[in-house]
Amino acid sequence: MSIQVRNLRKTFGDFVALDDVSLEVPGGELVALLGPSGSGKTTLLRIIAGLEAADQGTIHFHGEDATTQPVRERQVGFVFQHYALFRHMSVFENIAFGLRVRPRPVRPSEAEIRDTVMGLLKLVQLDVLANRRPSELSGGQRQRVALARALAVKPKVLLLDEPFGALDAKVRKELRRWLRRLHEEVHVTSVFVTHDQEEALEVSDRVVIMNEGRVEQSGTPEEVYEGPATPFVCGFLGDVNLFHGRISHGRVHIGDNELDAPEWSDAPDQAGVAYVRTYDVEVTPSPTGGASLEAVVRHSRAFGPVVRLELELVQDGATVEAHVPRGRADSLRIAKGQRVFLSPTNLRVYPRGASPS
Amino acid sequence: MRQSSRSVLPGFGVSLGITCTYLSLMVLLPLATIFTRTADLTWDGFWGTVTNPRVVASYRVTFGASLVAALVNTVFGLLVAWVLVRYRFPGRRLVDAIVDLPFALPTAVAGISLTTLYASNGWVGRYLEPLGIKVAYTWVGITVALIFIGLPFVVRTVQPVLDDLEVEVEEAAASLGARRWQTFTRVVLPTVAPALLTGFALAFARAIGEYGSVVFISGNMPMKTEIVPLLIITKLEQYDYAGATAVALVMLLASFALLLTINLMQWAARRRAGA
Amino acid sequence: MATLAFSRPATTAPRAIERATGESEVIRWTLTATALAFLALTLVLPLVLVFHGALAKGFAAYLAAIREPDALSAARLTLLIASIAVPVNLVFGVAAAWCISKFEFRGKYLLITLIDLPFAVSPVISGMIFVLLFGMHGWFGSWLFDHDIKIIFAVPGIVLATTFVTAPFIARELIPLMQEQGTEEEQAAIVLGAGGWQTFWRITLPNIKWGLLYGLILCNARAMGEFGAVSVVSGHIRGETNTLPLHVEILYNEYAFAASFAVASILTLLALVTLALKTLVEWRQRRSAAERADTDDSLERIAA
Repeated sequence: MSIQVRNLRKTFGDFVALDDVSLEVPGGELVALLGPSGSGKTTLLRIIAGLEAADQGTIHFHGEDATTQPVRERQVGFVFQHYALFRHMSVFENIAFGLRVRPRPVRPSEAEIRDTVMGLLKLVQLDVLANRRPSELSGGQRQRVALARALAVKPKVLLLDEPFGALDAKVRKELRRWLRRLHEEVHVTSVFVTHDQEEALEVSDRVVIMNEGRVEQSGTPEEVYEGPATPFVCGFLGDVNLFHGRISHGRVHIGDNELDAPEWSDAPDQAGVAYVRTYDVEVTPSPTGGASLEAVVRHSRAFGPVVRLELELVQDGATVEAHVPRGRADSLRIAKGQRVFLSPTNLRVYPRGASPS
Repeated sequence: MRQSSRSVLPGFGVSLGITCTYLSLMVLLPLATIFTRTADLTWDGFWGTVTNPRVVASYRVTFGASLVAALVNTVFGLLVAWVLVRYRFPGRRLVDAIVDLPFALPTAVAGISLTTLYASNGWVGRYLEPLGIKVAYTWVGITVALIFIGLPFVVRTVQPVLDDLEVEVEEAAASLGARRWQTFTRVVLPTVAPALLTGFALAFARAIGEYGSVVFISGNMPMKTEIVPLLIITKLEQYDYAGATAVALVMLLASFALLLTINLMQWAARRRAGA
Repeated sequence: MATLAFSRPATTAPRAIERATGESEVIRWTLTATALAFLALTLVLPLVLVFHGALAKGFAAYLAAIREPDALSAARLTLLIASIAVPVNLVFGVAAAWCISKFEFRGKYLLITLIDLPFAVSPVISGMIFVLLFGMHGWFGSWLFDHDIKIIFAVPGIVLATTFVTAPFIARELIPLMQEQGTEEEQAAIVLGAGGWQTFWRITLPNIKWGLLYGLILCNARAMGEFGAVSVVSGHIRGETNTLPLHVEILYNEYAFAASFAVASILTLLALVTLALKTLVEWRQRRSAAERADTDDSLERIAA
């Protein structure tokens, strides 16, 4: 069941939560809505669910207009950040709820309900806890119950609002992988909201990056990471250094150095910012032929296979972070206070006005 | 009562001393008189007093009317609490404050006002009389007065629970296909039920001991509309101290039992919430 | 919650549920109308009737009824009683709240239950026990008679009965409040060298001031309005042992309805003032609780 979102607009008083958002979620895919707080991703999710109504725009499920359909008719499963389990019911009764409230004509028999619920409990590996109350479960277990409950009514779309946000880091990682596996088994169109980029990139088929109520970029995890379309995406994903300089005749001038920026060869002279990933900063003991920025090592810390360097540029005192492979760092014999030369590669250059800092 | 943990803060001895002395003199000692007085009576004397038809009738009136009033308050108290918590309308804050009126208003004032209201020429009574409904000087009037007295107990006990209800839980129920009524009966009501029960018990406990608001509207006809507190006063005026104490002892035991039940319910609710 | 803060009103305002989980307009208005009608019938109508009845014979008669000597002495007595019962229960309430909330000891919960006892006792019984204690045939009856001390059917008896009935109010208000606030601030003060009284005045009292005020208001309202208990011990002697509520009863039983309502209206005005003060204090309490929460939050954020 695919989802088509067109020109959605939503304001809360003066605040614009969604500003002309359009999106396509192909059937069967697991899509992540990624962005910082206030980007509108949760609002978008809730509008798709029918828990909020948009001011303008439409929502279609597989081509059928669902914009004004009430939530209980949309057949969406919703998983809340804080689980929203029914505290006075057992795990079994929670999961059975959606089946038990069906109108009499379409309500399954108790035996059928029992089969469905136990099947789901096995799927989420909680069958032994069927009679427990939610208060007796851990956070991770509660979230799995919430998921089973949402799946019990065989939804056409599964929506998850920061499902692992309330859990410990370790549990979050486990459940992340488990969600991926579940999706491969059940294959329901799923959309989940997160502010954790690692989660979004690791789990989803497609990532939609949002900022300030707008979609910045939509694509596979590889596409958005390797080919960021906007300065925001560039700065949001991965660790990034910003170098301020001038764009002129297809080259960008950073201090005394010049680097190629062929995509701007026709552009007028203007101030610009170059985004360089931390692992794209090459560190050498002496100046190389290309751009070489002189810097002093202020701090170095080894993290497993990578050495993280904090460097201070000599020309203006700006801080640059470089992640260097262990082997290379050892061979360079990097030490605090040492003078080195930096060579940024893989620059993404944007005019100054375009970059949201 | 010994301090089981050493505490840095001063004033334990003084405060505990004041508290215990005060409670012993002001509360325990006076209450003890009831028990000692009743001990003066033989068991037969006690039983005879308590099972006297007039006394039994007064128990029936008091407990019966209190029960009905508490039930009415449970239903309407929930309604009022729901409307105050969930809906917006002009004057909502004013209405919220008015709910506490029975707490603040002296019972005698309530008594004379309600009687005048429901008398056959009263503002409300005059419309009910042609319908054959007599309120003043009947047990209906007693119940009406007890409804007035008990309403805030239910509303104030239920309000915070309704307030704390997470919206997400109702949204979850709706997303699972539940109609609004189903969400209310299957999700909201069970969550509110313990508070409702506590409110009911509080309203009931208050009602059985109520005197001032009831004594004017009841008419005080023995065997028909005589409430227990009035019967106690009558016996006191006749210097039948033993009889008065006997009747009062039964009331006291009932009140204590209710107090215990209410405290247990609240303790259980706290435990459930904490778990 | 992941949703934006301002899409949800504060919990103390009504939770306007979005269309997704709300009732239909029709149902909302029906429920609201029913609730308001019920409240109008049960609470508002009697309230309005008091003032209507008071002014039934005109404003001049109203003033006359209030200025009547027996009414004035009833008012004086009511004030006297409140001015004794409330401070006494204030001291008791603060002492009880202090030892219960700041210390651990066996029998604490028994103590709390005992403090609640006067609430559970019917007002008439509350008066009766003092008659049993100090009345003619009471425990101390003959001793008092021999020493020509009158308690029952005199002012001291009324004071005692009223004090009994209003004993729990302040304690019940302070105990949960002080329990919730804990002992950390007081301990910090002691460590810094403050004495017991200093700690109480400068640390505890400012923290509990709104709860204390609230308890005082309720205690006072009940002390002035108590009827059942006072009815038993007072002897209804006009001009001497009549409080305002008793005076209302006497006038009513004499069919002096307008005068009765006139005096009742004074008590009703007192009740309305009580309600207004109560609302004000609750509002300030909420504000100060929110400020405390904010401070804790920002401290957490700084520490995190």
